[in-house]
Amino acid sequence: MNPVPTGSAPGRGGDGGTTTLVVHVENKAGVLARVAGLFARRGFNIESLAVAPTADGRFSRLTIVVGVDAAPMEQVVKQLDKLVNVVDIEELNPAASVERELMMVTVRADPSIRGQILDLVRIFQATVLNVGYDEMMVSLTGSPGRVDDFEELLRPYGIADVQRTGKVALSKLAKTAPDPLAP
Amino acid sequence: MNGGQALMKALENEGVDIMFGLPGGAILPVYDPLIDSSIRHVLVRHEQGAGHMAEGYAHATGRPGVAMVTSGPAATNIVTPLCDAYMDSIPLVVVTGQVPYAAIGTDAFQECDTTGITMAVTKHNYLVTEAADIPQVIHDAFHIATTGRPGPVLVDIPKDIVDPKNPRSAMEWYTPDSHDLPGYRPNVAGDAELVRQAAKLICEAERPVLYTGGGILKSRGAKALLELAELTGIHVVTTLMNRGGFPDDHPLCLGMPGMHGNYTAVTAMQEADLLVALGARFDDRVTGKVGEFAPLAKIIHVDIDSAELGKVRRADVAIQGDCRAVIEDLVRALREMGGSEAQPDRSQWRSRISGWQERFPLTYEQSRNDELLKPQFVLEQLRDSTPDDTIVASGVGQHQMWTSQYWKFNHPYTWVNSGGLGTMGFSIPAAIGAKAGRPDRMVWAVDGDGCFQMTAQELVTAATEGFPIKVALINNSYLGMVRQWQEMFYAERYSEVYLTRNVPDYKLWAEALGCAGLRVESPEEVAPAIARANEIDDRPVVVEFRCEAGENVFPMVPAGMSNSDVVVDPSQRDRPR
Ligand SMILES: Cc1ncc(C[n+]2csc(CCOP(=O)(O)OP(=O)(O)O)c2C)c(N)n1
Ligand SMILES: [Mg+2]
Repeated sequence: MNPVPTGSAPGRGGDGGTTTLVVHVENKAGVLARVAGLFARRGFNIESLAVAPTADGRFSRLTIVVGVDAAPMEQVVKQLDKLVNVVDIEELNPAASVERELMMVTVRADPSIRGQILDLVRIFQATVLNVGYDEMMVSLTGSPGRVDDFEELLRPYGIADVQRTGKVALSKLAKTAPDPLAP
Repeated sequence: MNGGQALMKALENEGVDIMFGLPGGAILPVYDPLIDSSIRHVLVRHEQGAGHMAEGYAHATGRPGVAMVTSGPAATNIVTPLCDAYMDSIPLVVVTGQVPYAAIGTDAFQECDTTGITMAVTKHNYLVTEAADIPQVIHDAFHIATTGRPGPVLVDIPKDIVDPKNPRSAMEWYTPDSHDLPGYRPNVAGDAELVRQAAKLICEAERPVLYTGGGILKSRGAKALLELAELTGIHVVTTLMNRGGFPDDHPLCLGMPGMHGNYTAVTAMQEADLLVALGARFDDRVTGKVGEFAPLAKIIHVDIDSAELGKVRRADVAIQGDCRAVIEDLVRALREMGGSEAQPDRSQWRSRISGWQERFPLTYEQSRNDELLKPQFVLEQLRDSTPDDTIVASGVGQHQMWTSQYWKFNHPYTWVNSGGLGTMGFSIPAAIGAKAGRPDRMVWAVDGDGCFQMTAQELVTAATEGFPIKVALINNSYLGMVRQWQEMFYAERYSEVYLTRNVPDYKLWAEALGCAGLRVESPEEVAPAIARANEIDDRPVVVEFRCEAGENVFPMVPAGMSNSDVVVDPSQRDRPR
């Protein structure tokens, strides 16, 4: 099968006890159930999960954040790899990847304190999506850590509703061209 | 062509000669083209039987077993065999009928979410939505079932795509010549550098043991294993799944390890400085308390399934690959390093092993005059009065352990049993499947009285379809294995394990099922009854052996205990270890 990272692979614990797996699967009915079922069956824990088709519509990309305490990551990866519809698996190293998450949040915002919320929106380069007489809906896209910070700072005002997508990620790009003379 | 015809043609193209099944509403349209097919269909009495028959066929022949049943209750009835085959890596292709595609999700009559239910117990499964997909899906299903680590594949087929009265069944036949399975690339060849490292470890080991599992038989690697053992002079333990994968009569064979393994096999592994695990998976029934298993041993682990490597015990050298291919590479590497000349002097280790063998052979106390038969005695007699290449299928319980202990397996593919799942009721249908695959062989099922009552109805299938199997029924009146645990670990408080002594009347029952029925109560009757059973070839035979109820299986490593604390037969307990 595909070479899979093992043992003390990078990506471990970089995110407070979680590891990010990027799993390419065939874009077929029931594949998500197979992946989710495997996690449940083997006692592995999914922290978050984002799914969408790739540029090549025959495949989908799952970005799965896995709690690492629950199971040895090596077993998670190898068992996933055994699913016939799983094409390949990448264990993402946070230092070598770009991660993004989207959050939408409705926060209490009396006209008297709207200004304070807008300050935070400006500082974080967030977006106001909707405004009610005493609430505001804002969204932020950013690294999961930045999204955490924003949520933390809004919390004292009173969060009425919050929805986060779970993170998606891609590996960072090469900064130097490969040596054409290398073997 | 229509989807139903295409399904039969696709199965024929995969070389299927026999299938086991039972029709019903959703699969009805496929049973019509079956009439014109070259494939023989065996009509079972319960769908669980169809699944175990397909397993028995696969065990005995190495070819995939095929079963076909209808939707709903029939699909749920075959879940147990699917799980059994999944645990023991048996190649199966199971076709189930499904309600018409448009009715899926509506709680239609006999609808059940078959692919959902079986996802966890199959290597892969399919819900086919278009008639045109049938040839490709069947081709892929056989490929997946039989390659890599083998396993069961289920194909669920909605009625409309096989029903000629429905326009959705119309399709053009094509013969698929490839697989579009981008996520499925089983790896066969082992890494050459790792093989060299393994060979080096072998040459350095003073107390090595070859720990061989079902992967030997799955990879058809028995010959390669023999070569490896003889080249190196290293002793071999054969797990429950590899009985027959190395000859019991070979001087290097130590037999079965584990919970009811023999003392020498268990102890040699405990004391080893190197375990070469070949197609074995460090199952808890083999290791006992994992943290105390083979504490001094380095590990070489070879398995086609990389998920087994490091799952239970970290390996010093882990090689992913087909067992036979890797063993052949290993033999080559060892020859390059000097062959048997390069093996250290292990005479001390050998004499420790023979010391254990002398002090702790398998043993039991013969019955006294007034007692019923000893099951071990029955199995010794059966072993000695049947051809060497007899195929033995077993149920699950004490009788299974005694069979594995007392039989002499000298040929691969002669032992058919339910290891990983431990499925009571396995033996009779599995024996029928084995006989279907190897009609030239004598096939005995060794069954318990509890097991027999779970699947005895398949003897009707055997009688009417012409599979003259023989059943040795070890009647100890109890769910014996559970009784033994209650005796040993629950202070002899027996709870719901007594099956009664005289009900049912097995002889009458056997006759009613279309078999010959014999009953044996005393030791002198055993051999003549077996001889009589061996002669009967026009129908199945059931020989009821009325056995002691209180007999226990020894040696035994109590669950969760260390293999160093193996409990031997009472008569051996004061011997020095
Ligand atoms: C389907 C199923 N149910 C329950 C068990 C648990 N179990 C294991 S061995 C055993 C007793 C088997 O009784 P019998 O067939 O008479 O064999 P014996 O142990 O007496 O030889 C039971 C109930 C099982 N393995 N399978
Ligand atoms: Mg019994």
